[in-house]
Amino acid sequence: MTAPGTRTYDRVRVGEVLPDLPIPVTRTLIVATALASRDYQDVHHDPDLARERGSRDIFMNILTSNGLVDRYVTEWAGPAAVVEAIRIRLGVPNHPGDTMVLTGAVTAKTDEGRRVEIAVRGTNSLGAHVTGTVAVRLPSTGGASPDTAAASASTATASPDTAAAS
Amino acid sequence: MNGTSRSADGTSSTTNGASRTEDGTSSPASEAYEERLRAFVGREVTGPTPGQDPVNQPMIRHWAEAMGDRNPVYTDERAARATGRPGVVAPASMVQAWTMRGYAATVAPAARDTAPGGLAALVALLDEGGYTSVVATDSELEFRRELVPGDHIAVQETVESISPEKKTALGAGRFVTTVKTYRDQAGGLVATQRWRTLRFRPREAGRPRAERSTGGSAAQPGAEPPARRPRPAVNRDNAFWFEAAREHRLVIQRCASCGALRHPPGPCCPECSSLWWDTVESGGRGHLYSYVVNHHPRHPAFTYPLLVAVVELAEGTRLIANLDGVAPEEVRVGMPLVLDWLDADPDLSLPVFRPAATEES
Repeated sequence: MTAPGTRTYDRVRVGEVLPDLPIPVTRTLIVATALASRDYQDVHHDPDLARERGSRDIFMNILTSNGLVDRYVTEWAGPAAVVEAIRIRLGVPNHPGDTMVLTGAVTAKTDEGRRVEIAVRGTNSLGAHVTGTVAVRLPSTGGASPDTAAASASTATASPDTAAAS
Repeated sequence: MNGTSRSADGTSSTTNGASRTEDGTSSPASEAYEERLRAFVGREVTGPTPGQDPVNQPMIRHWAEAMGDRNPVYTDERAARATGRPGVVAPASMVQAWTMRGYAATVAPAARDTAPGGLAALVALLDEGGYTSVVATDSELEFRRELVPGDHIAVQETVESISPEKKTALGAGRFVTTVKTYRDQAGGLVATQRWRTLRFRPREAGRPRAERSTGGSAAQPGAEPPARRPRPAVNRDNAFWFEAAREHRLVIQRCASCGALRHPPGPCCPECSSLWWDTVESGGRGHLYSYVVNHHPRHPAFTYPLLVAVVELAEGTRLIANLDGVAPEEVRVGMPLVLDWLDADPDLSLPVFRPAATEES
């Protein structure tokens, strides 16, 4: 049984590009997500203490970077996708008032386990906030109706370098 | 950046010796400090510690709302069942949140957290070294299964490596890499997380801060000594090589079609013209193929006489690198060499070679 909106393994191609997702980084988002992840470090809610500790302002915590990357990939992959790995490296901070644009592309497929790897990058006005890889297990094709968004996004192809290096 | 190189990163940094300072010297005092830090490597710093609450629907909903995540499998039983799951699941990325210590313990750490040899002792030791601030830089989560309401997750944490001091945009600091292991109430493994934080000495408060990375690529010209090494010409064909070098891995490009190794990096195999490639990691052994001793012109980032060598690796490829630990008059073509690493600045780590130890030593 396949849920609506679900991307199936056979329909995904290496090189496929995910639609961009802009995230407006508001002060409220930084604080709300810090609290939702039970992170009470002052640099995520107290601007004065954040400055004292060497930052320009409060900044998004890494649990939220993980959460947003997770959301980005599973929104594309659909509700049946099971996340198997999220590996991220943080670069520049996400400060209030900025916008982070998440981009991604399929870098590898492994038939065994129907595992798909997606390279993700979140960039704001300062540069790359997050770069990383997410691995998801997708359902097999069996009887699923293909998502139309999937078909229209499947236009890019992988360069030999990208595929070989992944 | 691929997962394999990322996961190799943490382990390779432990081989660094953690003793080289910016000017290449080390004092007995700093050696003693290094030794105390090294004592934490491999040690469990947080014993199995259960989260305050089991996995539960209100916290999942709170998380999904804050993240703007509308995936119905987190909140809608019917939608979750439609995907073949028995019921709602928690977002994978939320695993760490279940074991966060919460507000009270953040503002007033419990006695348990100050146990000797524990995480608090490591933090205190880093504080003693002036590394009083912290920022997370890397997280590598691997999930074994999805969490469902009722699961009660405990976390255990072991130190994998502590880097030598590095200069970053935020200040001089050390990267502390740990592995967190998440288990359910039955002791079953649910997830692992390689977790890296930068513990750093904040630069003078009140000064404008550089807005750059806090991670390994944290170079900021203002923070560097006056003379930095000239920058290598990094492009999309050779960036992988310099990225691996930053992780202290000497990699060699390998043709994925015919298997031929090649260096310097390039897009196309010189043997069979294939554009497909991957890399192998060099064992770091080789011999001196040729060398020059540079005296002039002088660049302020180098010390002279400067030994520039062509090293032939055991794998067969050659590369150009500096020789270290040997006087120009002792250098002999053919002498066996071993790999070492030079952390020239936060943006630039390069292989250097030293004479290999003789058989009898």
